[in-house]
Amino acid sequence: MQDFDLTAILLNPEFRGMLVGGLWMTFVVAIGSWCLAMSLAILLLVVRLLPGRVTEWVVSAYVAYHRNVPTLVQLMLWYFGISSLLPDDLQIFLTDNNGEAVFAIIALGLCQAAYFSEDLRSGLRAVATGQMEAARALGHGFVGTMRYVLMPQAVRNALPALINHSVSLFKNSSLAMAIGVAELTHAVKEVENQSFQTFETYLIATIAYLVCSLAIMAAGAALNRRVSISGAR
Amino acid sequence: MLWDLIDIIRDNWLLLLIGQYPNGPLGGFAATLILSTLSIALAFPISILIAFARLSKNPLLLWPSTILVYVARGVPLLMLILWVYFMVPLLIGANVPGFVTMLVTLVIYEGAFLSEVVRGGIVALGRGQMETARALGHSYFGAMLYVILPQALYNVMPSILSQFVSAIKETTLGYVINVPELTFAANQISNQLLTKPFQVFFILAIIYFLVCWTLTRLALTLERRIARKRAGMPGIPLSLNPQSQTAEL
Repeated sequence: MQDFDLTAILLNPEFRGMLVGGLWMTFVVAIGSWCLAMSLAILLLVVRLLPGRVTEWVVSAYVAYHRNVPTLVQLMLWYFGISSLLPDDLQIFLTDNNGEAVFAIIALGLCQAAYFSEDLRSGLRAVATGQMEAARALGHGFVGTMRYVLMPQAVRNALPALINHSVSLFKNSSLAMAIGVAELTHAVKEVENQSFQTFETYLIATIAYLVCSLAIMAAGAALNRRVSISGAR
Repeated sequence: MLWDLIDIIRDNWLLLLIGQYPNGPLGGFAATLILSTLSIALAFPISILIAFARLSKNPLLLWPSTILVYVARGVPLLMLILWVYFMVPLLIGANVPGFVTMLVTLVIYEGAFLSEVVRGGIVALGRGQMETARALGHSYFGAMLYVILPQALYNVMPSILSQFVSAIKETTLGYVINVPELTFAANQISNQLLTKPFQVFFILAIIYFLVCWTLTRLALTLERRIARKRAGMPGIPLSLNPQSQTAEL
């Protein structure tokens, strides 16, 4: 093992470029799949509120599948499996246009949507039933009740769980490396292969991951403090 | 399509179940189960020690354990696997098989997450139990061992089970360092067949789903039963839910 020398990695423009590019890709994958997951989670929640047993069953099957199958297997099913069923033109288009990242965003987003929608649902269930009745009695329609009375309380209740799951989504973006997305963990392997400075490379990436995760946790805690109402249940 | 699935399972069930065992290392589903069971079994006693350290007032215990938990919560498991893959041969001076690398990683990672579960169980028990036990003449560790832990560990049994489910899901990452387990076996089959990746990975997803879903249902049933039992006891919050703290993959 060579002497410990962080600058050999950090001051080398090629290695630094690879790591920064990797970090950028990690953000693209994490933020892209977060947006997909959150929109889908809200959709799932709305579908679940509709009357009828079929919709209820479909949503709970969706949630059960995505929570009980390892994320890496879901990624592989999308990237190796479902991509092979697509029409040839689309396959070629995706191969030329960073298809790995597209599939990673889809797979991670669909998977995390199950967690987010469950968080929102238990947040909603924790709101007292009287709230709904009171809002309706005051003349709000169903949508108005949801928008102005129930959801603000539900999101408050769900916030700690949503933040925890956002952190895991950020961490899980590293799995995209297994299907060849050039994100941070992937860049780390490349830099390590070329520089032989394994310890330093891993240390830089670990600190980068840790700083981002802790920042999400801290921002979440600050948000939680800001929106929580003292004395509320 | 359906015939493809049946054909693939008929031709490869042994590889999916035990890998290339008699002629090579044990792999497939058996390796996945052994790896996850061993990792939880080894992580469990460690997690209790970490939980004690996290609850102690001694900064020499409190700080390292808190840092460990936050590192495990903040760094991807994949990064941890790379660290262990690199560090363990350096520390013991010999190469270790991928199975051992994965086991060591999972024990550290699961130990940190389980410790939060155990700590949640101890905190949720309330201070009264400890104070009563001390008043009756138990020492701190006596009270922990005979009064607090039996109740706390019983209450968090469902969360430990869901951590086991997480461990099963996390063993899939062994694929990245070529540990012969279920996902690795499926990739071998897919590479052999070449033309049926969807069918192979669909089967893989179904296998994981059946195993993990069954265990999740079991955890839910256990949780309800324990909640019913505790409903009779005053002074214990029913809303104990350390599950939101557990890792998922």
